[in-house]
Amino acid sequence: MTDPNSGATKPTLKTLPGDDVRQILWRYADRYDLQMVQQAARSVARGIVARLVADGARHTHEWTPEKQKLLEAMDEAGLTAVAIDPEHGGYIPGPKNLALALVAFELSWVDAGAATATLAGNLALAPIHERGTPEQVARYMGGAVPAGPGEDRRTLRGAFALTEPIPFVGVDTNTMAGRVRVAEWKDGEEPMLHVDKRGRFITNAAFANFACAAVASDDARIKGSCMVILEDTDEGVWDPGSPTLKLVHQLSATNDPIYSLKVPASRIIGGYTIQDGVIVPNYSHSEVIEAVFRRTRVTVGLMTAAKLLSAVEPIIRYHRQRFRGGQPQPGSSRYELGIQQREDALHRLIDVWATGEAAASLGFYTARLFDEFDPLEREKDRLLQERGIKGARAQMKAFAAVKDAALEFIRLEHLPEQKRDSARYEELKADSLVQFAVKDALSQVFCPATKLWNTGVGANTMREAVSLMGGYGITEDCPGFLGQKWMDAQLEATYEGPEAVQRRQLTVTMVNELFLAQFRHWIRQMRQIASRKPGTGACTLATAMELWLWTIEFLQSAQDAHGETLYHGQRQGVAFPMADALSWLLASRQQILDVLELEDKGGHNPLLADGLEGTVAFLTDLCHVMAARASGEVGRITAELVYGYQRHPSWDGDCDSCFKASELEAVASLVPGFDSSPLEVIQDDGGHADKAGPCVRFPGMERFRALRLKLDGCLTGCRLAKDRAAEALTQVMIPEALDYPR
Amino acid sequence: MSNGYHIVVCGSLVPDPLQTLEPVMAPDGPGLKNEAMLPSVLDPWAAHALYEAAHLAKRVPDSKVWLASLGPKPKLQQLMMAVAQKAPFEFVAIDGSASGFADSFETAQALAKAIQSIPGLDRDRMLLFGGCSSASRDAGTTLSMVGALLGVEDQFLAVDEIEPDADGGFRVKERVEGAQYLVSRCAGAPAVLAWATGNLPEPPNNPQIGMANMRGILPALAKAPSVGALRGGLRFESVETPSQRRETRVVKDAGVEEIARELAEWIRG
Ligand SMILES: Cc1cc2nc3c(=O)[nH]c(=O)nc-3n(C[C@H](O)[C@H](O)[C@H](O)COP(=O)(O)OP(=O)(O)OC[C@H]3O[C@@H](n4cnc5c(N)ncnc54)[C@H](O)[C@@H]3O)c2cc1C
Repeated sequence: MTDPNSGATKPTLKTLPGDDVRQILWRYADRYDLQMVQQAARSVARGIVARLVADGARHTHEWTPEKQKLLEAMDEAGLTAVAIDPEHGGYIPGPKNLALALVAFELSWVDAGAATATLAGNLALAPIHERGTPEQVARYMGGAVPAGPGEDRRTLRGAFALTEPIPFVGVDTNTMAGRVRVAEWKDGEEPMLHVDKRGRFITNAAFANFACAAVASDDARIKGSCMVILEDTDEGVWDPGSPTLKLVHQLSATNDPIYSLKVPASRIIGGYTIQDGVIVPNYSHSEVIEAVFRRTRVTVGLMTAAKLLSAVEPIIRYHRQRFRGGQPQPGSSRYELGIQQREDALHRLIDVWATGEAAASLGFYTARLFDEFDPLEREKDRLLQERGIKGARAQMKAFAAVKDAALEFIRLEHLPEQKRDSARYEELKADSLVQFAVKDALSQVFCPATKLWNTGVGANTMREAVSLMGGYGITEDCPGFLGQKWMDAQLEATYEGPEAVQRRQLTVTMVNELFLAQFRHWIRQMRQIASRKPGTGACTLATAMELWLWTIEFLQSAQDAHGETLYHGQRQGVAFPMADALSWLLASRQQILDVLELEDKGGHNPLLADGLEGTVAFLTDLCHVMAARASGEVGRITAELVYGYQRHPSWDGDCDSCFKASELEAVASLVPGFDSSPLEVIQDDGGHADKAGPCVRFPGMERFRALRLKLDGCLTGCRLAKDRAAEALTQVMIPEALDYPR
Repeated sequence: MSNGYHIVVCGSLVPDPLQTLEPVMAPDGPGLKNEAMLPSVLDPWAAHALYEAAHLAKRVPDSKVWLASLGPKPKLQQLMMAVAQKAPFEFVAIDGSASGFADSFETAQALAKAIQSIPGLDRDRMLLFGGCSSASRDAGTTLSMVGALLGVEDQFLAVDEIEPDADGGFRVKERVEGAQYLVSRCAGAPAVLAWATGNLPEPPNNPQIGMANMRGILPALAKAPSVGALRGGLRFESVETPSQRRETRVVKDAGVEEIARELAEWIRG
């Protein structure tokens, strides 16, 4: 590629980024176990999964023997056991969020329904893993490991049953119809419970042999709510129910099951105590699901990211080959480039690609964050238990005491080493509760942001990808199954909590002081990056981050034209768009950080030496494109919120900056030229310029206006980056054919 | 005394055949465009040999499998992330060029030397496996030369099946002309078996096998001897993608010699 200024040829992308690049970007270059799991998932995805889709297995809602083979293939490839700890028969030690994220990513590269089938199994195990008693963990985690040769047992496969038929559990998980009561309670024996649960849209229910069901007490002898493990061999009704007539993810099984079963009280997830003759579950259903969704939602976000990135190669191939009919000769640009001769097609594909990169960067970061967070959370639980701190209120009190130390740690962490009190820093770093508080504040933002942005913006962007394939895009034989992926993305935006649920969580967590303190440092970090790497768009992003920060602080103290508080949980019109805006920023920032990592570490991998500079240059341009896009969103949203709730000044009286025409003349006779300054003028007969009212000038918003203006200027160069990236698309070498069937 | 086989599979990487493989002339010799950056796979014929070796080792007690690979070390490591999951084996790595333009005799020498120094390998029980050809060079010469250098005279060069006998010998089916098989009986190891496609499907990946293999693979890579570019005495004037041409003429009862002469003339142009 030729630089317009110097005329020199600059390195650019030679081949599509391969595993070596991805391993550095997403930080598992030194994790061979994860690389292997990824390869295993890839072989399932591009083998049996792709063949099933190509053979039309998605055409039926039923769970067919062909689809069942998918489970066996995943068992054989070790994917079923990825979530399980080695002591229960798994093979990956330690936290497994990144491992599961990679599996979901690889499967969704071809078909996210297949990913959902594994995800739902993990979702069913998650309540037990997070909150189960040691006996429950041993039985169900161990049982979920596929039976080996010669082992005479059936593999346990689970379903997670929370959602209920309308008008019960959906987004709102408290309006619950599922019930639990005491069936028998003989003196000195374990109580037997009767559980009634009807589920709606329950994944895996078609073949599951156990289910974790959320239920509320229907009996004075049981307190509150809980989650209970049900098995198909329990006494009573176990009806997998009819399949959901869904339009998406057909390689997973979704049903509306009916369970009415008698189970021992030991199936209450996390156990129970008996207080004054009442069974008190150790965890309510919401406490269990909170712990579960925190992690599993990240994986869903990565499903959509994989779709976007998987669309790049088939679109490039389609575009290049589009005009080879008729007379064009090999070597002519019509023959070689086809639709790639058209700038819009290139620019739109760059948008798809940049969104995919940002989504993957955000999702994988969040998965890694949870890998760091998991042990901290367990240590926190242990410490609190040791100190006898029980219940949500007591915990909140304990953490209020830690907050100042956590803020101090954040401040020290962002100081240069030589400037900070290293003894104090090390002390705080070793304090598990402080570390928990700091990471908790991040995870409470990054998990919903990943789920919200990746799936919501991802689904919209998939539509763009489909458009780029023309009519082919909406046929079943579109290479890369892009049409199916578009529709599937909408499910990813819905299940495990639709976008509203994620925005609701962000409403609370993004104004946590511990999060905002970290966010403030990131603004400086982006400026520092920008001074070293101006082409990343980091400076633009920093300004957009400042704008967001100013706005969130403003909204929390400001009132609307009616004197109502602007920012609070019920005012979704204010808080939800701010959640969206933040998610754009986080995605873009993470994308930049990953590309810097590649630039930094890529040189150590001799395989990359050849193309590293070009790959980094291209990915940097994608960062710039995304930073500009994110900043645009933030500018639009913040401006609407800051101004939109104020009443527009009118011509009839409430205008401070208006002059009567006669006044103006009088002043102008004393101050020559005064009447040529841009003032609002009302004629003596009440006439005025043709517009809604005098232009807005709100005192106290100068900083906001200055930032908005600055942000516009910060966009300088972003389109040059897009042009460069677009040109790279015309030159990059792609394989001769897709490596999975259609 | 045990009578299991010691199966050494020679196999290395080739660029993924789905990639655009465009030969280019670089200052240090010919290669493929962006070769270092293209993803690699285990050479398909060698891969069949590996699956057959693993299968045979399972059937014949006290057998063991080694995989000897000559290729650029970092690429071999990346390749192992997938290949190590297929079957249990011990890895023998040699750092050097796996290019289709490397000299097959020098490649054979490097492999033979590495095999000679495998600790614990009983060469009297050795079956030398590999591909009958490779997807990069496609000369079909390497394995027989490795065998010759190691003094193994019983060589089968397009194998699709091996059936061990109870007495330590085995029957081999080799591909010959016109979809026919040549069936031979061999009294026992050592022997060279260069595989065509075999009969076994690709085994599913199993990360648990992979992680067990990795314990040996990383040290093997760390101590891999370096053998360089293996250009030998070869010199390439130019390289290019063969253009596709097809000219059909239907002739009845032409003799073999006549056809050969005509073809030679046509090639000379
Ligand atoms: C294929 C598939 C598989 C599924 N698998 C499972 C499973 O395995 N287990 C399981 O338990 N569930 C499962 N679900 C259910 C899924 O989690 C729910 O559909 C989802 O949580 C939304 O609930 P709902 O459909 O009842 O939507 P509703 O609760 O009716 O919400 C509809 C919409 O109303 C708006 N809305 C609702 N409440 C609010 C609010 N408080 N604030 C703002 N807006 C709001 C939002 O726009 C929301 O999207 C699955 C669903 C599908 C389609």
